Amino acid sequence: MSDDTAGHRRQRVHPARVVLHTFLIVISLAWLFPMAWALFNSFRDYGYTLQHGYLSFGGFTLDNYVDAWERGGFANSFWNSAVITVTAVVATLILSSCAAFVLARYSFRFNLGMLAVFVAANLLPPQSLLIPVYRMFRAVELPYWLSSSGSLLDSHLGVIIINVAFQTGFCTFVLSNYIKTLPKEIYESAMLDGASVWTQFAGLTVPLLRPPLAALATLQTAWIYNEFFWATVLMQSGDKFPVTSSLNNLKGSFFTDYNLLSAGSIIAALPVLAVFFILQKQFVAGLTLGATKG
Amino acid sequence: MSKITTRPRRDRSVLLSRTDRVVLGLMLGIPLIVVAGLVWGPALVTVALSLTSWDGIGGLSDIQWVGARNYVDLATIYPPFWPALWHNILWLLVLFLVFTPLGMLLAVFLDKELRATRFYQTALYLPVVLSAALVGFIWQLMYSRDQGLINALFGTSIDWYGDSTINLWAAMIANGWRHTGYIMLLYLSGLKGIDPSLREAAAIDGASQTKTYLQIIFPVMRPINIIVLTITFIEGLRAFDLAWIINRGRNGLELISTLVTTNVVGEASRIGFGSALATIMLLISSIFIVIQLRVVLKGER
Repeated sequence: MSDDTAGHRRQRVHPARVVLHTFLIVISLAWLFPMAWALFNSFRDYGYTLQHGYLSFGGFTLDNYVDAWERGGFANSFWNSAVITVTAVVATLILSSCAAFVLARYSFRFNLGMLAVFVAANLLPPQSLLIPVYRMFRAVELPYWLSSSGSLLDSHLGVIIINVAFQTGFCTFVLSNYIKTLPKEIYESAMLDGASVWTQFAGLTVPLLRPPLAALATLQTAWIYNEFFWATVLMQSGDKFPVTSSLNNLKGSFFTDYNLLSAGSIIAALPVLAVFFILQKQFVAGLTLGATKG
Repeated sequence: MSKITTRPRRDRSVLLSRTDRVVLGLMLGIPLIVVAGLVWGPALVTVALSLTSWDGIGGLSDIQWVGARNYVDLATIYPPFWPALWHNILWLLVLFLVFTPLGMLLAVFLDKELRATRFYQTALYLPVVLSAALVGFIWQLMYSRDQGLINALFGTSIDWYGDSTINLWAAMIANGWRHTGYIMLLYLSGLKGIDPSLREAAAIDGASQTKTYLQIIFPVMRPINIIVLTITFIEGLRAFDLAWIINRGRNGLELISTLVTTNVVGEASRIGFGSALATIMLLISSIFIVIQLRVVLKGER
């Protein structure tokens, strides 16, 4: 909060400020409204709103949440989301910090080109890769304990690796920018001590990468949890869908009862909302990291 | 810089032991294989497949080269193509002319030392954390014909998501709700990095606030401007989730991305045809990717 005395001293009640605040209050409330409306109706009884219309007040209940949780199969889809998100975020961060370390610390002839290969991969439209990825995943056979479908298609592993492939580029870029800002001296003294490349990476660099890794972990958790396209097209069995793409299947069972739909939306939003409110600083840092060059 | 530093760097590689080199190779090689194998490889295969006719069922030996036929068919005998392209363009224009400027304007307002600025910021970028699919869900509560808020307020009975003449606009507003906060956030962080002396100098010269922003501050933020521009374009091109969750991209909500998906996972799997659509997406996005790369990789040389 920067509404301190410093800003206050200069201005008395300025008409322009009043207009500005009014505008900002109106637009903020307008922006909050759709979520607030969903929250409000998620606590209301369907029969009550049916009788009194949605522009009424009353009929509060918690039943929608119980109902939505069960009918939406959230216990199952949350588990799927957790498996996919956690594994993919961890794998992305490991791969990208390795690549970023090499690209930032060692120079090859194709260094810049390599970084471009990583960065641009994150920007390609996923739909344009669908056909080959789909066919490839269908052709890769997996043992039953890894995938009950017997192939990468319709398996958590498939969704995990495609997410990793897409997100590694962005993270590599952010991390390599950060590594370049680390003082060279620490590496020089490490090399004098005869530290191996791996020691320089794991023992020296990774601990220093904590701030960008925290920001990226937060951001990637939200992104991969929110990922819709790959999970929608690569999954086939209903019990394997993560939360976001299972929304598509919930439509049928929810769209007749809007209070249930509201409760389902709030439940699905809870993990990212938690990330947003608890780790807001990290999230914002992550969002702006890539754009403003570290 | 590169020319001067080549030599010492080459010397340093001499110091690397064999193990170190293997470690370095693996550290870069594995991520590279993942990205190349799952992103770049498939992208190239898509381009190749777009020149073939293949139903996707038979083996690879059934592939027949047909040259540009898929593209000609797209433009001439595939009814959803032009509407989808037009929808993508509209989607972009609305982002670009309405929601991106709104985000910029809000960033300028919030950059001042205001009371409750934290509240305003939080409210505006709250939708950014939500998935586009969930945004579609939440706005359903506004848009529904029978139980939606808009119709209840105005006594109308418009099916905002269903009516093919307006559902694109309804989707674009829901999408803008999410996009604005993101743009605001990017500009806000850019504005924080502006040298305060720049504003002071402008103030001393007697430049008005508007003039200062338009003629001095926004031009200084050129890299962010370009990134926002390319993000807007790439997001516009990749728009998929919202249309898919509403009605699988049909009946007024056709987008190039949904056509690709329908052609591949739908009942009629027309691989060559879908690939031609996907290649068009690739080509358009590559323009903006190149622009983006030029900005973000600047100074790496």
